[in-house]
Order: sequence, then C-alpha cells, then structure tokens
Amino acid sequence: MKRYAMVIDQSRCIGCMACISACVQENKVPFENFRTRVLEITKGKFPKLRTELRAELCNHCDNPPCVDACPTGASYKRDDGIVLIDRNKCVGCKACIAACPYDARYINEEYGYADKCTFCEHRLKKGLEPACVATCIGKSRVFGDLNDKGSEVSRMLAENESRVMDKAAGTRPRVHYINRYPTKR
Amino acid sequence: MAISRRNFLKCAAFTAGGAVLADNPFVKATAAAAMKKEVKHVPSYCEMCFWRCGLIARVEDGRVVKLDGNPLHPQSRGRLCAKGNAGMGLLYDKDRLKTPLIRTGERGDGKYRKASWNEAYAYIAEKLNGVKKKYGPESVALFSHGSGGQYMGNFLEAFGSPNHSHPSYAQCVGAREVAFTLTYGQGPASTAERVDMANSRVIALFGSHLGENMHNSHNQDFVDGLGNGAKLIVVDPRYSTAAGKASIWLPIKPGTDLALILGWINIVIQEKWYDRDYLEKYATGFEQLKEAVKEYTPEWAARETDLPKGDIVEAIRELGRYKPNVVVHPGRHYSWYGDDTQRGRGLAILNALLGTWGRKGGLWLPPKVNLVKMKQTLKYPKPRRESLAFGDYPEAAGGITTEVRRATIDGSPYPIKAWFVIGTNLMKTLPAPEKTKEAVKNLDLLVNIDLMPTDMVMMSDVILPTTSYLERHDALAIVTQKNAGIAIRQPVVNPWKNVKPAWLIAKELCDKMGLGKYVAYNTLEEQMRQQAKLWKIDYNELVKTGYIPVADSYHPYITEKNQPEFATDSKKIELYSSTLDNDNMDPVPKFTRHKEPPAGTFRLIYGRSPVHTFSRTMNNKWLWQLKNENEVWLSATVARRLGIDNGEKVFLVNEKGVRSNVVKAKVTERIREDCVYVIHGFGSTSKRMTMTYGRGIDDTQMMSHYATDPISGTNGLRVNFVKIVKES
Repeated sequence: MKRYAMVIDQSRCIGCMACISACVQENKVPFENFRTRVLEITKGKFPKLRTELRAELCNHCDNPPCVDACPTGASYKRDDGIVLIDRNKCVGCKACIAACPYDARYINEEYGYADKCTFCEHRLKKGLEPACVATCIGKSRVFGDLNDKGSEVSRMLAENESRVMDKAAGTRPRVHYINRYPTKR
Repeated sequence: MAISRRNFLKCAAFTAGGAVLADNPFVKATAAAAMKKEVKHVPSYCEMCFWRCGLIARVEDGRVVKLDGNPLHPQSRGRLCAKGNAGMGLLYDKDRLKTPLIRTGERGDGKYRKASWNEAYAYIAEKLNGVKKKYGPESVALFSHGSGGQYMGNFLEAFGSPNHSHPSYAQCVGAREVAFTLTYGQGPASTAERVDMANSRVIALFGSHLGENMHNSHNQDFVDGLGNGAKLIVVDPRYSTAAGKASIWLPIKPGTDLALILGWINIVIQEKWYDRDYLEKYATGFEQLKEAVKEYTPEWAARETDLPKGDIVEAIRELGRYKPNVVVHPGRHYSWYGDDTQRGRGLAILNALLGTWGRKGGLWLPPKVNLVKMKQTLKYPKPRRESLAFGDYPEAAGGITTEVRRATIDGSPYPIKAWFVIGTNLMKTLPAPEKTKEAVKNLDLLVNIDLMPTDMVMMSDVILPTTSYLERHDALAIVTQKNAGIAIRQPVVNPWKNVKPAWLIAKELCDKMGLGKYVAYNTLEEQMRQQAKLWKIDYNELVKTGYIPVADSYHPYITEKNQPEFATDSKKIELYSSTLDNDNMDPVPKFTRHKEPPAGTFRLIYGRSPVHTFSRTMNNKWLWQLKNENEVWLSATVARRLGIDNGEKVFLVNEKGVRSNVVKAKVTERIREDCVYVIHGFGSTSKRMTMTYGRGIDDTQMMSHYATDPISGTNGLRVNFVKIVKES
C-alpha cells in the first residue's frame, strides 16, 4: 500500500504561482476558487527582513477533521492517505469547510458540492505527478510514497528537519515543509 | 499539422462546458455516453511571454484543455509558468478581436464598423498608396514585438521603408546589447540570457527580480543554483522575492547602481581579486581602467549608494573569492536612467575582471551552430532614404520607437505618415504617452494587428484581428540554450473563424499592393518544410516532438580547444572601449549623479508580476484571478508620516500634474523611503477589455519624462517623481 505525501522545500519556492495556475486548469477549478495558494510573508524592519514563501493546499491529514465533521460520509480517507469527497453523497452543508483548519475547501457553486485538492489522484492513476508538482518551476514541491524508503519524499524527510502546519491541531498532515537550503546572513 | 480535422459538431453542446459537465455526478452518465472524447497531444511553443518555452497542448475534441511543458525543450524542461499554464485564457478570451474593423468615428472614440478582409485591405492599400505618392514609401513605419513582426517587417521592406522599430530595444534590453557588444563583441543572450546560474558559486543581481520576473528555465537555473549552495547578492531598492533568498541584500539608492559597480571594479583591482591570466589572455585596457576607476573608493561608493561600506566590500569579496565560477547577472530590462549603456559596460567589465565569460557558473558561450536562415530570393527595393529609426546615436543597434514617434510629430528628417503596429500596446510601452497621442494625430493611416482590443488598438483606423500562438504556424525557431535546437510552432487547434495569422496578413497585403512577388510561398508551412530540409531536420519528426536538438553544438566553457572569439576591434574584451573613445563618449564608465526626488515626492520604480507579461495578459481571466490590480508599494516609515494605512485607497500625481487611477497602498518594510513601486502594465483605458478596463495604476501614464541614452538612444524610464495622495 502506498502512503502518499508531499514535501515542500520552501527554500526552492520563488512565489511564481505556476502551481496555482496548473492546478486550476488541470482540475477545472471554478473561477476565483483555488485548491492551492502561495503566501509570501515578510517579517522584520527595513533593512533587516526575511521572507517565508509557503505553498498551501489540503494537508490530506491522517486525522482529518473534515472527515469527522461530514454528516453524510461524503468526505473520506483512502487507504493510500488521500482525502477525497464523494460528490454523490455531498449535500453542500459546509461542515467540512468549518472543520478544516487549513481553509483548503470551497463549495463548487454551480453544482453545490464541496471540493478541494485530490493530490491529482486522476493523474496518479496514470503514473503522473500532481499537476502543481509537475510544473513547479523551483522543484520546490515533491510528491511521493512514504512507504518507499528510497523515494525522494522519504529521503527529504529523513535528511531534513521538517514541520507541518498547525501541528498542535493534531491533524497529522501529509504535507510537510522543509527549508533545505537556509540562506542565513 | 498534428491536429485532427475531425468534425466535432455532433457533440458541440458538450464541448463548451464538457469538462464541467463530466465532473457533475448527475449528468456524468449521459455526458460520458455522448462524448467519446478525441484526445490529442500537440507540441508547439509558447508566446505568453517572449521566452518561448516548448509546450504540449492536450486537446480534447478540438478544444485545448491543458498546456504542459515539453520535457524535450530546454527552456521549459517539462514545466510551464503560471502564464504558460493559462494560455487558453487568451485563446478563449471573449473580448478577442473577431473580425476586421474600420474606424467610423474620431480616432480614439471607439466607434468602428465590421469589415471584410478585402475591404480592410483595400482601405489600407488606398491610404498607403497616398502616403507613398505624397511622401515616399519611407514614410511608413512599423512597431513590432513578437513572432508576427518578422512577416510585417518583410512587408515593410517590400513596400520600400526601412523604418522598423521595436519597443524591446529602446524600452527594454537595447542598452545591454550595445554595452556587451562594445565589450565582448556580442550580447550576453540569444533571447535567453546565457547565465550559468545553476553552476554558480555566487550570483549577484542588479534589480533583476527573478521569481517575480518569470522566465521559465532562467528561474529553474536560478533555483538550482541556490539549491547547489550558491550565495546570492541582490542589489535592489525593494526587498524583492529574490532578495528574500539573498545572503546579502543591498537596498541601493535608486539611480546609483553605476557608483556601486565602479566601486566594486576598483576594489577588485585594488585587492587583486581579478583573474590575471584570463585578462592577460583575453582582455585589453586594464591599465587605463585601473587609472580611471581609482577615485571610486569604497567610502565614496557607500556615500553615493546609501549602502553600508562593510556590505559593499563583503559582497564583492564573495564574488572575488569564488571567481571565476560566479556571475554578476547582466540583467534584461535596461531602460532605467539614461546612462544605461555605461551601467551595462560596468557590469560587462566586472564580469570580465572576474573571468566569468565562458566559465562554469559564469556566462556560457553560445552553442556552435551553422544554421543559415533561408534567404529572401528576390531582393527588396533599396529605400531612397536611410532609416530614421536609429536617430543620431553613435551605437544605436535597433529601431528606436521614440525616434519614429518624434519624426512623426516634427517631420524631421522626413515625415512619417502611416504606422503599422503588431503585438505591442504602445500606449503602455512608450513613455510620455501624450506624445504618442500627438503623433497619432499626424498620421494618415494607423493599422493595428493584434488579438485584443488594447489601448493602442482602439486608436487605429483599421484593426486586423490575428491568431493566438496556439492557432498558427510561425517560422522554425532556433533555440540557443547551452545546446542549440530547432523548435516548431504549429496550430494546436483551428483558428477562430475570421482571424488570420500575421504571415498570411503580410502575404495578402503584399498581394493587394502588387508586391506578391516578394513572398515566395503559399503557406508558411511550405517554407518551414523547405527550411527544415535545408537544415537537414526531419520536419515530420519535429511536428511530433516539437523540438530537435542540434548535434555537437554544446561548447559552453572555455577549454584549450574551445577558445572564445571576441568580435571587437581589438579582438579582445575591451575594458577600455576605443569605439566609445572615437564616439567622444567615456571609454571607461564615469559616474554622474542623477536628479533626486524633490521633497514630498518619490521616484517611481516598477517591475513585474510573475503572472503577467507587460500589459498583454491582464484580461486573461485565469491570470486576472491571480492578480487583477496593482498596488503602490510604500515604505512603512513614510506611510506613518503621511498617515496612510495599509490597504488605504491612494493615487499618484507626477511632476506634470498627471493623475493616476486609484489603487490600494501596500504599506511595507520592503522598500526604501525615497521611492514607490508598482507592477507595470495595469490601468487599461480600453472599455472593450472588460476584465481589466480601468483597473490599477498605469505606470507608463506617469512617465511624462524620460531620459535618453546618448550612446544607444534607448530610454531611461525611472526618472519620474510622484506624489502620493489619499483618495479621501
């Protein structure tokens, strides 16, 4: 069984938003909705500043609050770790949106169901990487199988200090952040 | 063509929203049954910007559903940027020009009638013949950017005019090409800058805001370099995204870059960081350079640039320590202060001292190719009068748009009475846009060939709608990364019904004007096949793969057998330029102070968003949703003084009293107190651009002044000072 995860090397992100653009097209995300975003957060006082570039998306949590919150069983977690939504079961109640600490979901206004990142599972089936990973200009986003110890994601996590978003929330995300090439003054 | 001609009308009802329908569980079954999708993958290359990455279009039932990078093409390497990914936003833009239009009202009032192509050509032909008879054929000028320019350029030459100008020269990269050609005998780029960042130990950027300035493989190389441990030095008055990755950020006082460069050159010489053997072998003029720069001490540079002396010295020592596997990036957009050729000379000299030209991690040598472009079989007529587009500038190396505009206004040395404009929105490109309007008043004919009803297009007498890059052939492209290769542009879908590719427009105009004999082909593809044959490239293979590398072209670094050639007078790198000496210009750059913003005003600087190209992409809905308005970046310290809050509505007023649109203030620590920054290209005045009309500040509108580089004739655009005013 696969154990899918994404590792984002923030030092390689240049904030170019290619990932967002590719995701929108690949997944036909409705106008002005997004399944991923890139934040540029600068701290400090001129001229002593530092910037964090952080790509955010559904964390495909191992303890997913959206799945717990879903009254119809539409939100579910697959054995390979991907959190998905069964559109036939979704009634658009937005409980999952309220439960998600990562603001990863939206309602498809045209058809009324909740939607979000799927790790491009339709591409995985064909042996392709998620669209955001495939187009990432900085190769900042890496995707793979944590059960394969030789995979790049496994190596990246083994060799680097990593973190997840809002660890204290206990959601156990499958999206990990590293800063492999710290450029300290 | 690799695309299918299959008629897909039988499921046309589903094709428009096919993918959405298929996603809906309630109609999934019916949709799936009705649609046996015909899927094709067609390679071509992009023109959302001018880097021209290889792409593969996924086409379902005649509609582009996804664009991906072509893994074979060295400028995309399987990836596309946000713009490249959003190409269908241009292809399917509902505001696209759909039919030829002829003006019925006054210029600029937006009143047009639909016309047939024949009518439009007849109108143009009559006016052109009038201009030719009264003023001569040289009184017709062309402004072009992008692939279509070459065909219209051929038309212009066949007609008998030499006045072809390019905003990419005087408003962008021109001064760099002149500076490096004076120093090395050639520029540091062949479309793509030959900067070996992936292998650099230290990278220094002057204002180059990589990441925000998105050129695909260039940014890939940049990040690969950082990933390989390169140190980064960023010189920029603004804490750019790239500065956020730097080990040394030098927030330089705008307009003093040359002071820093000269200071660095002096330190390199005084502290002997230079590559002595390299200079002995390849360069000339070292002693003269040494003498000329000795006054530029680190203390002096610190005073001029408003940077800490310690940082200045530390940064150049880093470059010196790791030479020659370092690079001071030559930059791309050069039109800053009007002494831009000399700034470029400074950067060129600095790279020479560090021995980076032809070295790993420096500036690689161009690939060796012997690809001769097909000659025009029939010689064009020789114009009776010389081009006026080069002005009186001794080293002008490209058609200067602002010279053509000036001649259109004042009629000297001879009048310009007709403009063809293709692929460039001059109202958002040329500084002092009021002068562009004044020039247009003097024209007997203004023709725009474009996809979108831009500000400039809406001033035309005749508008000719053209195809997007996804709907047409263009002449085979020679790609020059470290390897050379040939790339093909081919239609991935059929063109919109009544629009035509530029090559066809140029050909039909030639036919109409009785110049058909100058166009030796019926379709461009005919010529592409002949060209491929001449280059011994399998055209059919190219159609399938999109890119074919040229064997044995990879020779990026200097070796005993791979020696660089310098096409200068001395056949060496000219640290001291005898050409400039002959031109009565400074043979070694000298620093002169630029005017500083008067009290209460700020220097207006500008740059790019990674999701936009100039003013070309703002109406693209998929990019619009990522960035649909610019904001004014303002120092938090200044904002406190002025009582401006982050997000508050403000506008700018320049020294001539020109007032900008209202936008939000971005109050930030990321910029110096003496300047404000906006992203270029917003503020469309064309109501037909329904997504972007009226949104954001048009920086070009604020550029009532511009400086002129006395060597290259290029513009300096960062010489305008603005007040910032709260809307309320």
